[in-house]
Order: sequence, then structure tokens, then C-alpha cells
Amino acid sequence: MTRPVAKAPRMAVKAAFVAAVAALGLTAASPALAAGEAKHPRSGNFSFEGPFGTFDQGQLQRGYKVYREVCAACHGMDLLSFRNLAEEGGPFWDPHESNPNNNRFVRALAAEFEIADIDSETGEAVLRPGTPADSFPNPYPNATAAAAANGGAFPPDLSVMAKARHDGANYIYSLLSGYEEAPEGLRIASGQYYNPYMAGDMTPFWDGDPDHVPYGGFIAMPNPLRAGQVTYDDGTEATVDQMSRDVSAFIAWASDPRAVERKRTGLAVMIYLLLFAGLTYASYRRIWRGVAH
Amino acid sequence: MSDHESTYVPKTAFERWMDSRLPIIRFGADYMSLPTPRNLNYWWTFGGILMLCLGIQIVTGILLAMHYVPNTEMAFESVERIMRDVNGGWLIRYVHANGASMFFIAAYIHMLRGLYYGSYKAPREMIWIVGCLIFFLLIGTAFLGYVLPWGQMSFHGAVVITNLIGSIPVVGGPILTWLQGGPAIDNATLNRFFSLHYLLPFLIAGCVVLHLWALHHAGQNNPVGILIPKERQAKDTLPFHPYYTVKDGFAVILFLLLFSYFVFFNPNALGHADNFIPANPLVTPAHIVPEWYLLPFYAILRAIPDKFGGVVAMFGSIGILFVLPWLDRSRIRSMRYRPIMKVLFVLFVVNGFILGWCGAELPDAHVIGNFSTFTVYDGDLNSFLWLGRFATLYYFAFFLVMPFVALKEKPLPVPSSISEPVLAPEAAIEKKG
Repeated sequence: MTRPVAKAPRMAVKAAFVAAVAALGLTAASPALAAGEAKHPRSGNFSFEGPFGTFDQGQLQRGYKVYREVCAACHGMDLLSFRNLAEEGGPFWDPHESNPNNNRFVRALAAEFEIADIDSETGEAVLRPGTPADSFPNPYPNATAAAAANGGAFPPDLSVMAKARHDGANYIYSLLSGYEEAPEGLRIASGQYYNPYMAGDMTPFWDGDPDHVPYGGFIAMPNPLRAGQVTYDDGTEATVDQMSRDVSAFIAWASDPRAVERKRTGLAVMIYLLLFAGLTYASYRRIWRGVAH
Repeated sequence: MSDHESTYVPKTAFERWMDSRLPIIRFGADYMSLPTPRNLNYWWTFGGILMLCLGIQIVTGILLAMHYVPNTEMAFESVERIMRDVNGGWLIRYVHANGASMFFIAAYIHMLRGLYYGSYKAPREMIWIVGCLIFFLLIGTAFLGYVLPWGQMSFHGAVVITNLIGSIPVVGGPILTWLQGGPAIDNATLNRFFSLHYLLPFLIAGCVVLHLWALHHAGQNNPVGILIPKERQAKDTLPFHPYYTVKDGFAVILFLLLFSYFVFFNPNALGHADNFIPANPLVTPAHIVPEWYLLPFYAILRAIPDKFGGVVAMFGSIGILFVLPWLDRSRIRSMRYRPIMKVLFVLFVVNGFILGWCGAELPDAHVIGNFSTFTVYDGDLNSFLWLGRFATLYYFAFFLVMPFVALKEKPLPVPSSISEPVLAPEAAIEKKG
């Protein structure tokens, strides 16, 4: 009100400009929600897909090796015990050894770890070699320590990761093998990395064309895999794609170790129900024959 | 049909002994010989399917309770242990989890069948009302059960829903504290939710007894929607067994095929991936959504800009079902013969899917394309918020216009007996024309 009258037209222009920007902002804000998307995961073409799919034991063994040598440095798998590796359908399942606790591979794998325990005679804290009954040791003593060691980002447990993300196995495979250079114009905070498959919304960090906000989000995990990082015992070449695929298969198995048993049972159940349905329908036709309805 | 004469004759000495003390065998036998309209179609099989669903949920639930640990530190892990280490545990758990969805599929079809064929009208109002009560208990049970695995959606869903109760003026706060068992959702909440989740199915079972009692007293409705006069009973009805046991049986098996597809081949398709992340009160999921079967009600809740208003609308959307018998003034039961109501009914079903879609999407997201139109009140018109509002409006309007539709509508000629269209369909058509 106290402003000079002469400035009024400029004020009006400015107000209109602000309004236009605000309106633009509103319209831009709404597509941003749509733009705030992760890239659709690529298919890993896994052997366990579909109603008849089964796990490839060699792939599970390679996947375990990637987990053990790369992922396990930061990620726990609290729900898994070494014995699980030797259970039917697992990576080290041996058809000649029905008791997983006697499986020689798994005994050796467990024994690689020192497990904190209480001496049953003296009650003192001791370290002893792992057994198949032990659960996978967590790399950190607790969640706070895990977060503190990783710049405040707690590396999530991987036990059920394939179930905890939409399209789990393909997602993990795509994420691990999908790290790429952040697009020009994306502001990245230190301790953050760009991944097009990560959930998030890049709009607030994007200086480029607002209509072309990059896919993906920030992840606190740096690209964990580089070619040749793991030496596969079966001679498979350890490319990033191969390792990502293998460890995704391993996590998919770990998330749902009864999947193959489930599908196999399901097949029998479906066949039974179909036969039962046919029989019941025949009975139905027979009972209702000649009955108008 | 209530005066259906008992044809049971006790054959053995034991049956005679029982019959004069606790005539339970007679009760069962009479049940099996119950005269049932001969024209019941497959939409009528969902009552039996629902009985099976309740049985499956109770049996698998009791087994799960033997292994589940209702403690915030152990609940998530115990559910995973069930699926990994309990013999057949994956089967029990996936049947129970998918069983909830199957239960709702069957319940929705069963209710829509009742709606279409006017099964709520005199003399069957109490069947409908008890049914609504069962549906309400079913929603409660499903919600409580979803909290138990203590995943992210469990926890944050529980926060959202209990907070709604807190928005009720005056009594909301104390009820919220009582419901949570403390100032926030925590171990005490999980314990009482577990206890109540175990309790409610037995209340449902009790209501099912009342539902069936009322049904067998008033007699079953049928697709033509007319009462069967006593003198036509012999012509128009068939004994329940074997005619409907076999028909229901066939439908049950088809339903089990669908059920099995989900349990064995796609067990997590109907759930949300976030619920496999252990509950963390400090991290709120980006997008909290209920299970699919509650999405329409969630959309109604969000359609109202005021929180308490939303709660009223949401409960109102179920509450209005209870007074449906008095809203619909038409004397014609079956919508087969109600040209206007039939159209409104089809739109109502479509509208239900739209509401579910709105409940699943973010309210601000665009419905069509990726452009904004103009802002109305508090949101863009091209948003799920407004689509949800229009759908909510239609939901309530469908019931509220019923008294007026009854006045305006010219019903088609209704057959005088159910065997008329059954035995001579041409004659019935002639009459209509």
C-alpha cells in the first residue's frame, strides 16, 4: 500500500509471474510424482521362474560365494542357518546325506566362522568354530553399530529381501548390475550413489529438464561388484552381470527356501482338484438329469 | 419353508435313544432334506464357499497360533520360522494369508448376489442384517490379522487405522489408548490384537449360526425372487441333498482351484512387499495401503477432507448396508425385473472397482495422462482424490435413491411361480413382451 503508484504495473507483472511460476510449479510437482519412479527391473531369466521353475544348484552355490565374499561384509542374513544350505533344494543339498547337519560342505563352510558362545563348563565367553546349527553371523554387533559404520545407513538384512521388494529377484539383479554414472545435472550428496533401479524421486535434486527427471534414487551402497571379484569354483567367468544374477538367485532361494516344494505340491493339488472337479461335475449332471431348473 | 416337515425316521436303537433326548441327528437330516428352490444358480453357491473359508481360516489359524509369538521383537521372525522350519508351515501360513483374500472375494460376491436378487427384503431382513454384521466382523478380523506379522505395512497400517479412532470427538482419545494398550502402537497392542484376532472368528461363527437359522426360517430367496406358495412347494423345490450338495460341491472345487493357484504358485501376489520388511516405527513407508479388499473403504475414508468426516463416511458405507431393507421400497425382489435398478447395480459394481483403484493410488496422482486440469477445492480434478470423491458419491447415492427409484420404475412382469420360467421359458418371454 505504501509503495509508489508508479510501481504498481511492475508489481502486477511480478505477481502474475510469481503466480505463473507457482502454477507451473504445481503442474510440475504433479508429474514429478509420476517421474519419481525407479526404472522397471530387467529380467534375470531365472530358472526358478514360473510354476515349474526350480533353482539351479550351481547358481545357488555361486550366489552363496558372492554373498559370503562380498555382501556379508555389511549385510546379515539373520534368518538363515548353515544347515539351511544343506536342506533339500538348497545350494549344498546332498541327496546321499539326508541330515543337513552331517553335510560335509556345510560343516566346512560353518567352521570358517568363529562363533561367540558361552563355555558350558565355566560360563566364560568363548569363541568356537561354527557348526551347521549356527545361524549366519551378523557382521555387526547391533543395528546402531551397523548404521554408524555405514554413514548412518543401516545395511538391511537380506534374509527375505527377494520378498521384501516388488519383483524381488529381478530387482536385486537389476540394482546390482545397474549402477551407472549419474546423469549430468543431478546433485548427489556425499555418501550417496545413483542407481536407476532404486526407489526414490530425483526431482528435488535435478537441475536439468524438469520433463526428463532421471529414473531411480539414491542408494548409500557404492557399486559393490567389479568383474573378477569372486573366483568361481566351477570356472564360470565372474562378470558383474553373472555375479549379480547368481547372488540374486541365492537371495531368492534364501527368501523362500520352500518355493520348489511348494510348486511341486501345488501341481499335485491342481491335478487332484481338476480330476475331482470333473468327477463332481459328472455327478452333478447325473443327479440333475431330467430335473428342470 | 420353516414348516418343512421332518421326514427323518430313526432306524437304529441308538438313533431312537438320541432322538428323544438330543435330536441332533434329526436336525442334520432335516437340514439335508430341506426344500430348496430348484432354480438357484451358481451365485448361490458362495454361502457354502464362505462356510468353507471360515473353517479353513479357523483351522489354519489355530495351527499358526501354536507357533506364532505375539511379541514385537519376535513376531516377524516367528512368522518366517513357521514358513521355514515348521513342517508344512509354509502351506499353513500361505493358506491362511491367502485365505483372507479368498474369504473376501467370496463375501463380496455373496453380498452382491443378495443385493441383485433382493435377498434382503421381507421376510429376510434379519438374514441380511446378520450378514452385514458378519461382514463387519470379517473386516475387523482381517485388519487385526494383518497386523500380526509385524511388518512395515502391519505396523503403519495399524497406526493409520487406530489414529482414525482417535479422531472421534470426546471418546476417541480414551478408546485409542484402550485399543493401543498404551500411548502408542507397541507390544501391548500386538498382544491384544492377537487375542482379538483369535476371538472374532468365533463371534463370526456364532453369527453364521444365526444367519443360517434366519435363512432356514424365512426360506431361501431365488433368482426369480418370489416366495414359493405352499401348494407349489413340491413342484418348485428340490431337497437340498443331493441336488445342492453336488452343485455347491462342484463350485467349491472350482473355488479351491483359484485358491490353490495363489497359495502354491503366487502366494505373495495379493500382499504387499513392504510387509516383508520388519516393522520400524521410525521409517514410514512411502505409500501406506491396506490389503486389496479394504481399498474401496480406504478410498471413501480419504475422499472426505476432514479426518473425522472420513471416519464417519467409512463406517457409514458399511452402516448403510444395515438399513438397506428399508431403503429399497420396491415390492419386486429380483433386479431381473427392475430395469432401472439393474443398470444402477451394474454401475455400482463398476464403481466398487473404481473405489478400489482410487484406494490403491496416491490421491494426488493423475488418473488420465500426465497433465493437470484445474484445481477444485483442494485438489486437481484429474486426480484420484476427485475420482474417489465421485465414486464415493455414487456409492451412497446408489442406496439413497432406492426409495425414489421404487416409485418411478416400471418393473417387468414377474413370473407367478419359479417353475414357470424354468419349465416353459417361452411362455414367460411371451408374457413379458
